[in-house]
Amino acid sequence: MEKNLICICCPRGCHLTVDENMSVSGNFCPRGAKYAIDELTHPTRIVTSTVKVNDGSYSVCSVKTASPVPKEKIFEVMEEINKVELKAPVSIGDIVIKNVLNLSVDIIATENIELVK
Amino acid sequence: MRKVDLLIIGGGSAGLAAAVEAYDRGIRSIIIIERGAELGGILNQCIHNGFGLGEFKEELTGPEFAYRFAKQVQDRNIECHLLSTVTSVTPNKVVTYVNEEEGSVEVEAKAIIMAAGCYERNAGAIGVPGDRPAGVLTAGQAQLMINKFGYLCGKRIFILGSGDIGLIMARRFTLEGAKVLGVAEIMPYSNGLNRNIVQCLNDYDIPLYLSHTVSQVIGKKHVEKVEISQVDEKFRPIPGTEKVFDCDALVLSIGLIPNNTLLSDIGIKVSGTKGAEVDQYLQTSLPGVFSCGNVLHVHDLVDNVVKEARIAGESAARYIQGDLHVEEYDISCAAKDGVGYILPQHISGSDYEKVDFKLRVRKPTQNVYIEFIYNGETIKRVFKGVIIPSEMEVISLPLSLFKEKKGALEVKLTPKEVNQ
Amino acid sequence: MKDVIVIGAGAVGAFIARNLSRFNLNVLVLDKDNDVCNATSCANSAISHSGYDPVPGTKKAKFNVLGNQMMEQVCKELDVPYEQIGTLTVATEEAQLKTLEELKERATINGVPSEIVDQARLREMEPNISEEALGALYCPTGGIINPFLLTCHAMENALDNGVELALNQEVKDIKKVSDHFVVYTQDKEYESKVVINAAGVYSDKIAAMIEPIDWFITPRKGEYYVLDHFKGEFVNHVVFPLPSAKGKGVLVSKTTSGNYIIGPSSEPMDDRECVACDSLTLANVKQQASMLIKNIPFYQQIRVYAGLRATPSTHDFIIESSKSEPAFINVAGIESPGLVSSPAIGKYVVEELVSKVLKLEENKNYKKNIKPYTKPLDLSNEERNALIKEHPEFGRMVCQCEKVSLGEILEVLHRKLPCNSLKALKKRTRAGFGKCQGGFCQPISVSIIAEEKEIDVSKVSYDKDGGYFAPYKSNKGGKR
Repeated sequence: MEKNLICICCPRGCHLTVDENMSVSGNFCPRGAKYAIDELTHPTRIVTSTVKVNDGSYSVCSVKTASPVPKEKIFEVMEEINKVELKAPVSIGDIVIKNVLNLSVDIIATENIELVK
Repeated sequence: MRKVDLLIIGGGSAGLAAAVEAYDRGIRSIIIIERGAELGGILNQCIHNGFGLGEFKEELTGPEFAYRFAKQVQDRNIECHLLSTVTSVTPNKVVTYVNEEEGSVEVEAKAIIMAAGCYERNAGAIGVPGDRPAGVLTAGQAQLMINKFGYLCGKRIFILGSGDIGLIMARRFTLEGAKVLGVAEIMPYSNGLNRNIVQCLNDYDIPLYLSHTVSQVIGKKHVEKVEISQVDEKFRPIPGTEKVFDCDALVLSIGLIPNNTLLSDIGIKVSGTKGAEVDQYLQTSLPGVFSCGNVLHVHDLVDNVVKEARIAGESAARYIQGDLHVEEYDISCAAKDGVGYILPQHISGSDYEKVDFKLRVRKPTQNVYIEFIYNGETIKRVFKGVIIPSEMEVISLPLSLFKEKKGALEVKLTPKEVNQ
Repeated sequence: MKDVIVIGAGAVGAFIARNLSRFNLNVLVLDKDNDVCNATSCANSAISHSGYDPVPGTKKAKFNVLGNQMMEQVCKELDVPYEQIGTLTVATEEAQLKTLEELKERATINGVPSEIVDQARLREMEPNISEEALGALYCPTGGIINPFLLTCHAMENALDNGVELALNQEVKDIKKVSDHFVVYTQDKEYESKVVINAAGVYSDKIAAMIEPIDWFITPRKGEYYVLDHFKGEFVNHVVFPLPSAKGKGVLVSKTTSGNYIIGPSSEPMDDRECVACDSLTLANVKQQASMLIKNIPFYQQIRVYAGLRATPSTHDFIIESSKSEPAFINVAGIESPGLVSSPAIGKYVVEELVSKVLKLEENKNYKKNIKPYTKPLDLSNEERNALIKEHPEFGRMVCQCEKVSLGEILEVLHRKLPCNSLKALKKRTRAGFGKCQGGFCQPISVSIIAEEKEIDVSKVSYDKDGGYFAPYKSNKGGKR
């Protein structure tokens, strides 16, 4: 059966069609074809959120998964993110959770938080 | 009175990129006035990814993108005043700013770059019908509260407007444990990028109600219910199409407006975008005052802001160095059929070989040419299979196309004939 | 035991309280809301009507004219913006020109200076007047007031002179017990020798707690547009159409902050709390205003609002002791021109009605002037810098649109008059009143209020208690 998708690789948002032989059409660039196949076989997403931070210039620090995680794991990843408590200072790139849920993906800080006493 | 070469109003992506560009072209006396506690502007609260594909060839989050530019500014030792607000600009380019340490300070600048960004259209501006209780926030307010302070504005949230910030926030609320009941969009199409519809709404089964608007907010102390209705072709709610949602917050993502009052107050010409009118140097109607970024017109991508800001930075540097020539050309540019606006509004000189035209269409359109008609003659046609208002088109044309150097340019959409 | 309890902290209640504080009395003001000036007094046309319009001989005519005469002095004492810009009541049909003459006569009987201006002069006075305008009644003593500060500062002045204020106290019942009254609220009871009912749209309900009454209040809702302030004059006077049975009609006026207001509509309501706006009603307001003034820049719209006016079935203000209890005083049905009348009503109620039931002994320590507020924008650059040097917080802008500094916000948070919500802050400082409507400053203001009041951010109210700006800590959010 044919499947219709909208590509999320870039703001262009191509309308993709994948037929029963997994052949992709409607894509402007090769990334679209890869996205379509991945999306139908094992969809993944980058997750961005915040973690609690103590003694910092802000009470939360933004974080992201260093690479995409399986879509169905998003809420489990969020649960892990919600358990974390950091202590300021925090720097961009600091590993917040190593190998989250054994997905071979780290959660890393995406902002600098200064220490405030 | 202190004198500087270049004063930049705003230390967000536009102001920072403009400052770096001007510095690298030899300007050393630069000050940036930023109202926030850190450089980077609104990027600091946009913790989602998707920034910088063009600029850095990788997908960064807002704070990461902001940090890279802030670092470029700091590496050049460009003077920045944080938590500082510009209170006035005079036609003589005397800028007054105020902060805690220095008080109210007047600075005379040879050139000014306006890079103050935009603000969100709000419930008051569109007169959202019904009660006005707690729990009606703009998407930006809700974003700041959750991403920087750690507070949610509701547990059951309805969103009006399908602008990108609204879509991003729909996902963000969901990840933080709130239930997003739906997004209503008054237009028959979404105002956000397709990718955001997919990864922010569809991924989480959040319904999008096109051609719908909020017809009533209900709640005495706090939002209790939001009623939406389908709208007719004049955007009026159609009786009998009401849907009521039990919710505790209404979040608005209904558009952004250039924050250009400092310039419009001193009579600098304003365009249909509500930003200043500019020529291809991004110079306003007051020589030596330049404008770029969301205060000029609202951009879809920060990469486009940065590119535009670099032009403003270069032009300001040339102006200060006495090397900006505006005499040779005198062409007016106007948006016609199907085109919402076109930038620049004016072509004035020949220092740059190319003109970056930026435009947005009025509504989603298929199979059209963007047609540039100069003094009655088509000088360029660009075919578009699909073109939508939420995406800004950038089309670069060589100045050599404008042979007569005077006259008028019109930009319009022309349907592609089937038999062509 | 109190000497006097005033129910209602709107403009009328505030001026009654202020006048009571001139005497050595133990006074308590109760209000059901979490702020003073939170109903009719905060959502009206903000006009100091000249008094040409009320029927001669009525209380409305009397107190309007008196209040208008007092307004300049009162605003000086209370540090309230007031401008006597004059009002124009405009005729747009031939037949109405005759009505202008009648109105002029009425003005003369009421003791209000007025003159009729012809079309040419009208166009000179108001370049944007509509093409249909034929002439107008010009009343030079009419003007505009900041209604929030008039009410807040009158109350603060009363507090400075010894009056007490209890907010979030909704009166549920009142009983006469031997020589005094017991006032029951949802969780407390108060005793007082005298009770003054200044409860606005609820004044009939309060009055009926004492005795059966033969009048009632019908709340009448008025909806308005607010336009931003912008460079260039757009209207110079308060511009009205001719008054009708429904009221003074849709006016166009500038405000003391340089904004413009357009409204109100006029619809009778059952719900005494409903200040909802409605698109069709507002569209009608827009259309009516366009008959008065041409090219109204509605693209400058920054807000819509609605207020309820306490319209009495008697068609006149009710300012008298109740029939059975001389010590229970009704000050009810104070609809338009209530705001301008309030200083005169406050004086009359105390000097003529309270004086009959209580011995009034002058308060020697009474100070009529409010302690001035710091207004950095009104200072010269040098004065401002001296201020910022001493108090740096006046150099930190919180509301960029209206240029309100952290210093001004901290000041109102620490004055005697309580300031408990974002809306209370907005009424006092204008923070959040501008084109972005608090888009940028509200989250900052919430943090400031939380810090100063030592409460969690999630407990900062937007307007009414229980309506919080951001009520939930996220799954991990902590204190700042």
